[in-house]
Amino acid sequence: MNLLRLTAVEALALIGKKELTSSELTDACLAQIERHDKDVFAYLNVTGTSAREEAAAVDQLAEDRPELAGLPTAVKDVLCTRGVTTTCASRMLENYKPFYTATCVRQMQDAGIVMLGKTNMDEFAMGSSTENSAYGPTRNPWDLGRVPGGSSGGSAAAVAAGEAIWALGSDTGGSIRQPAAFCGVVGLKPTYGSVSRYGLVAFASSFDQVGPITRNVTDAALMLRFLVGKDPLDSTSIEHPEKITLPEDRDLSGVRLGVVKELVGEGIDPGVMKVFNETVQKMEAAGAIVGEASLPHSAYALPAYYILAPAEASANLARFDGVRFGLRAGGTNDVTEMYEETRSLGFGEEVKRRIMLGTYALSSGYYEAYYGQAQKVRTLIVRDFEKALGEFDLLVSPSAPTTAFRLDEKTGDPLTMYKSDICTIPVNLAGLPAISIPAGLSEGLPVGLQIIGRAFTEPAILQAAYSAEQLMDFKSVSPLIAGQD
Amino acid sequence: MVSHEDVKYVAKLARLKVGPDELDRFARQLSGILEHIDKISELDLSGVEPTSHVIGLANVFREDEPRPSVEREEALANGPEVERGAFRVPPILEA
Amino acid sequence: MVYEPVIGLEIHVELSTRSKMFCGCQVQFGGEPNVRTCPVCLAHPGALPVMNRQAIRYLTRIALSLDCEISAKSIFHRKNYFYPDLPKGYQISQYDQPYAVEGHVNVGVHGKMHKIGIERVHQEEDTAKNIHAGESGRIAGSLYSLIDFNRSGTPLVEIVTKPEITSPQVARAFLNKLKNTLQYLDVSDCNMEEGSLRCDANISVRRVGETELGVKTELKNMNSFKYIEKGLTQEISRQIDLLESGEKVVQQTVHFDVTSGEISSLRSKEFAHDYRYFPEPDLVPLIVSDEFVEEVRAEMPELPETRALRYMDTLGLPEYDAEVLTASRELADYYEACLEHFKDAKTVSNWVMGELLGYLNATGQELSACKVAPESLAALLTLVTSGKVSANVGKDVFAEMCDTGKSPEEIIDEKGLTQISDESELEALIDTAISGNPSQVEQYRAGKEQVIGFFVGQVMKATQGRANPKLVNELLKKKLTG
Repeated sequence: MNLLRLTAVEALALIGKKELTSSELTDACLAQIERHDKDVFAYLNVTGTSAREEAAAVDQLAEDRPELAGLPTAVKDVLCTRGVTTTCASRMLENYKPFYTATCVRQMQDAGIVMLGKTNMDEFAMGSSTENSAYGPTRNPWDLGRVPGGSSGGSAAAVAAGEAIWALGSDTGGSIRQPAAFCGVVGLKPTYGSVSRYGLVAFASSFDQVGPITRNVTDAALMLRFLVGKDPLDSTSIEHPEKITLPEDRDLSGVRLGVVKELVGEGIDPGVMKVFNETVQKMEAAGAIVGEASLPHSAYALPAYYILAPAEASANLARFDGVRFGLRAGGTNDVTEMYEETRSLGFGEEVKRRIMLGTYALSSGYYEAYYGQAQKVRTLIVRDFEKALGEFDLLVSPSAPTTAFRLDEKTGDPLTMYKSDICTIPVNLAGLPAISIPAGLSEGLPVGLQIIGRAFTEPAILQAAYSAEQLMDFKSVSPLIAGQD
Repeated sequence: MVSHEDVKYVAKLARLKVGPDELDRFARQLSGILEHIDKISELDLSGVEPTSHVIGLANVFREDEPRPSVEREEALANGPEVERGAFRVPPILEA
Repeated sequence: MVYEPVIGLEIHVELSTRSKMFCGCQVQFGGEPNVRTCPVCLAHPGALPVMNRQAIRYLTRIALSLDCEISAKSIFHRKNYFYPDLPKGYQISQYDQPYAVEGHVNVGVHGKMHKIGIERVHQEEDTAKNIHAGESGRIAGSLYSLIDFNRSGTPLVEIVTKPEITSPQVARAFLNKLKNTLQYLDVSDCNMEEGSLRCDANISVRRVGETELGVKTELKNMNSFKYIEKGLTQEISRQIDLLESGEKVVQQTVHFDVTSGEISSLRSKEFAHDYRYFPEPDLVPLIVSDEFVEEVRAEMPELPETRALRYMDTLGLPEYDAEVLTASRELADYYEACLEHFKDAKTVSNWVMGELLGYLNATGQELSACKVAPESLAALLTLVTSGKVSANVGKDVFAEMCDTGKSPEEIIDEKGLTQISDESELEALIDTAISGNPSQVEQYRAGKEQVIGFFVGQVMKATQGRANPKLVNELLKKKLTG
């Protein structure tokens, strides 16, 4: 048995039957990290000692084991973990040890998970390749010369490389779905408000959501069940109206599936389109009623997003000022100089660029032209989705316009990099739930299928994704795991 | 379209130091992004309501009940420079 | 040329809620630094704000007391600027959709009523406290600063008047009235020394008859209403002097030095503020229902004007008394507590206004520190009316009560101050007075009746003021005529 291929649900079953202990599983993940993470660099910080202790403690429990007891989990380093360094892949927080734990992490810990460590990401979740990490890029386990996507590239790579059973990611403009697609794993961005953001270091507050990155759809459903819930510490969180159940064996009969025409045309790589089209055909054959859906304003989503998200970010990142925590530049004569030196030293290029962009868009004389207009575009996009999702139960598109690209391929031009998120960003503007599941390979690299639903219809999305997953028979795993068979 | 002056002004507002050698690069990159963003101006947005929240929530409150604060030691533990129970900063000169 | 000043005020009021605006840390003044903080008010990464319901109730009380229109929907904005006392790098405040607008306050000054418009009332949060270390203890020339986040996130309400205040005196009267109202509402300590009530003023002058506003300056951080009045007066004459000499007023922040009485410019060059306001995505809108407003209205305490009217209508007090007694909630509460034990409203009013306020004025004491409980004053008044002690002696007893905190009975017993109403005892004293002063007796009998006051004085002197004056009068008349 290759422990590194286990899904969370399978692992729980084995542990439940006493055929496997959490310690064995945790050790297997830690050994895999030991073996490959110097190449992959999925983790910024491996908490091996405490992971082993937690696993051993879980193994001691006789009865009343919490439901996720003993599952080795990777946590994106954008989530605060009490006493464990939380860097957001930034120099700014190199030594920052929070004194509190993010609500979603705490909920998972209450359910018994074992935290393996904190995963690499684009600095402050700003990026689409994990190359913006101040500590070096994560590499794609399918091809170490390629990026894992981003910003949750570390989490996606860890799951794909067998370095964790599953992982927590965060998605602001596609940061769960795009890396999941690049790494051949499942990534779900829940409806805005369904998972508490308390303890998630904010990038763009009206977009950010935490979600699961897993080996299959069932695991995503399982993790989501423990993530959702109204948190009294997050004003924008809400009790999920649907019970999150695990998907059942069922085909796609009667499911009205809209292919978003604006997201399958120009700018999408032919290899990606081929896999996508085959997938849609399979789904149709399995009973889905497929039609063409339209999001007429989706071309304006990227421009609107690159006003709103940087604007929010410019304020969210103002707290990194060298006063109460984090980096402080020394040898300055007054506080303004201290701010400027600290922030220039602590933030990387992309973060600075977005802060400047957001500050510019909000500055006197530009607010209406940029921020005000972008908010209106947001309204149009919300309406587009309302209309399309009135005609269809679910919408589908590729998760990303390309497969994983080479390191350094897009670092020279920010705009090219931004366009890597054209398929996912519209969903964030509307706050809707969407999943990316592996649909096949193009030239040996995974292609993701994105399924989008109405707000709070995660169960329907997960069910359809599960049914589709069965059709695709995507049993491929990254060479790093395959090598362990 | 973003000038060096714009970059300097924005950098000052954002408390970022932009060296003379970086001015050009930032101006060029920001111009490129803003050019793409200007696509929005194609749209007639008159009469469209702005959206700042996608969830229709309102009136989320907490009750006025004090909860324990963190221990001062913990609050100060991450402080880069701490003195007499407080966070120390260089002198505040008016801008 | 004749100039007139135009003044607008911005008042910040810290609410006396139990916990902070957006987190559960306690609201309290003073103490050790940084003992009331948490991820939210220290602005640690990932922390989020959640609104304090009680703060919004207090805000609503304030808005209602100022006759404002409460917005059906209001939202919070982020006001962005860097300062060490502002942990998030932005203040959560309200901007173009404030909680309440268009109110007014009527202020009487020298018998003239001034209606001052209220532009807006909105909710925000307070900053932390900077302690400037160095020789001066002030910001200028400090070597470094220490930041204490205990105050960070305390609920703060901003009240902005329209530029409709026409003199420093009216400004001061407005502030007094506002402070009194806020205290009545029980929403703030309004302690200027501790910073729970702060005021900034915008001032400009223009020639009488002009409608355009002149260039304004801002007078900041004054810690008493008296200095606000003085500072405004000073700044107005400075502006007039400038205009008279053909110079221009420069828009800037100015500082009034309390000791020198001089106005100085706070900043050499004014940095253009660009606060980059945008809607706070971490908070949801505030949508106020009529029911909520009515609920708050129902729990509103009686405001000074209503209370004064009640004193006039149902207690029959003169307008002057009613106004003096309601000038602070504390005093009016004290007055009413006395009334519970002693029913004669006017007598209580006389004593509270005359003796109590007189004592407090003379000693500079606060009412809250006064040693005489309302019940004790009522007890004293009962003793006076029953004739146990004379009114004059009663006044001395009251002063003694204020000094020592003893009960009136105790003082009267100790000092043997009980009024003498024993006729035979008094008659003996009267006889002595009459026999010792034959010429005054003659004058009286010749029709100069006011001479009786002389005899009363004699008797009072002999009894150290303890003789029952009414009885002495009666007995004297009888004896002198007889």
